[in-house]
Amino acid sequence: MLEELERNLRALRARAYVRVAATFRELSWLVFEVVMPLLSIGAYVFFYRALGAPERYVGYVVLGGAMTAYWLNVLWSLASQFYWEKQSGQLEIFFLTPVSLMSLLAGMATGGMFMSSARAVGTVVIGSWLFGVDYRFDGIWAGLGIFLLTLVALYGLGMVGASVFMMYGREAWHTSNLLQEPVYLLSGFFFPVRALPRWVAAAAGIIPITLGLDAIRQLVFPEAVDGLLPPGVEAALLAAAAAGFLFLARAALRRLEYLAKREGRLTLRWQ
Amino acid sequence: MRARLRAFRLAAWLGWQMESNWADLWLFAVYSIIKPVSSALILVVMYYVVTGGAAQTDLFAGVYVGNAFFMFVGQLMFGMSWVIMEDREFFRTFKYMYLAAPNIFWYLTGRAVAKFLVTALAVAVVLGFGVAFLDLPLAWGAVRWGLLAVVFSLGILACVGFGLLMAGVMIVSARHGQGYAESFAGVLYLLCGVVFPLDLLPAPLAALGRAIPFTYWVEGLRRALLGQGISPALAGVADATIVLVLLLSSLLTLALAALFYAWMERIARERGLIDQVTEH
Repeated sequence: MLEELERNLRALRARAYVRVAATFRELSWLVFEVVMPLLSIGAYVFFYRALGAPERYVGYVVLGGAMTAYWLNVLWSLASQFYWEKQSGQLEIFFLTPVSLMSLLAGMATGGMFMSSARAVGTVVIGSWLFGVDYRFDGIWAGLGIFLLTLVALYGLGMVGASVFMMYGREAWHTSNLLQEPVYLLSGFFFPVRALPRWVAAAAGIIPITLGLDAIRQLVFPEAVDGLLPPGVEAALLAAAAAGFLFLARAALRRLEYLAKREGRLTLRWQ
Repeated sequence: MRARLRAFRLAAWLGWQMESNWADLWLFAVYSIIKPVSSALILVVMYYVVTGGAAQTDLFAGVYVGNAFFMFVGQLMFGMSWVIMEDREFFRTFKYMYLAAPNIFWYLTGRAVAKFLVTALAVAVVLGFGVAFLDLPLAWGAVRWGLLAVVFSLGILACVGFGLLMAGVMIVSARHGQGYAESFAGVLYLLCGVVFPLDLLPAPLAALGRAIPFTYWVEGLRRALLGQGISPALAGVADATIVLVLLLSSLLTLALAALFYAWMERIARERGLIDQVTEH
């Protein structure tokens, strides 16, 4: 039992290491993944300023821009990762290793969080300084707690996605592509989600970033009175989502692995 | 020349197959439309949140039109550059393209044709949506078609230039270059004043923006479609000057991009990167 746990933890560490090492190996990504995205969210900041929006909206954009790093990472480097592995011929090796797929996915998630955090922290720190964002420091610790809860739920959702995408070919790539801008819209990455019709915002709550971002904004920005639900309620929903997604991911991985094997899709490439 | 055009045509056909044959036509059409409409709606909601649904202004119309057409920039840059990653890393065919295609430039440009067609459909849908549901003041009879045709074509030329520039970056990058084109397009989105008047940018950034062809492209498109731009800094510039600056800057972009790609390609050959496979 202990031996198995240790083996899985080592697999987690090994899979995370690849991404952590990749972060430092090719530094060009710093320009493209940290500096440039920071500049690109500036367009939304200036749009708000052109409209004469209250200054807290600038903070909303900076925070939303930072969270895009995690969403993109979940989409491209977790949910659709098994598709990439299939393409490069590594998926079968994963299945041959004597560890749980959950451990491998958790390793990818940990490494991915590290990579994304570099971009997110850069966006928040430099963006806040550049655009003069004001924060309410009494809400920072609670905000940080909800942020971590959001990440667990979000990467849990990514693991569910990975199980589904394991079955598919280019559809996986296109689905990830499709889930970018529509999710930015539905989850209120750049505006308070309460601006959307209530049923749309409630449905978007299935994506943990919707509730997480809404709660964090209420906690860290002064005069942020445009939240969807009280932060405590959103934290409870996020905790439930985190547990639910991780449980679902485990079940879905087993089921989809069985289906993929039965239909001979695990090694099916270039379709 | 004939061989180059043939490479272009076949690359376009291949690109279209890869872009579209994973789904049936209906699903593919929905897929092609949801993404750009969502992107436009983000700006619409931002506008409504601040103005509380006040009547549409010239600023909104200019922003909406600029944002719609700017999709070409991101899509064509991605279309031309991602080919390298896709062919090299996933299908492992990029080296064969070097052996087979008469000129890699025509192959890369051809592969982006599918993106151009899909984006053209998306832009038409976004503009139609704006007219139908958001009171976008876009009247068929008031459009200056001649100016639109010239400005649009020159902008696409600049898109190809930037696509080649991005392809040059991609040929020496590892696989995680997925977001590179998008990030770069995001910077251009800021510097060219696509969703706000250029005058709002700090002076050095505004000056940088005035050196980029897309600033004049978006201004020209707004003038052709809406009769006016949104930037006071460009309001006094004559249409002919806009077209001339756009022409020269687009040609310059294309020339510099070709040189940059050739330079990166040489580095890639020297370091053996043409057929590298990277993982993370």
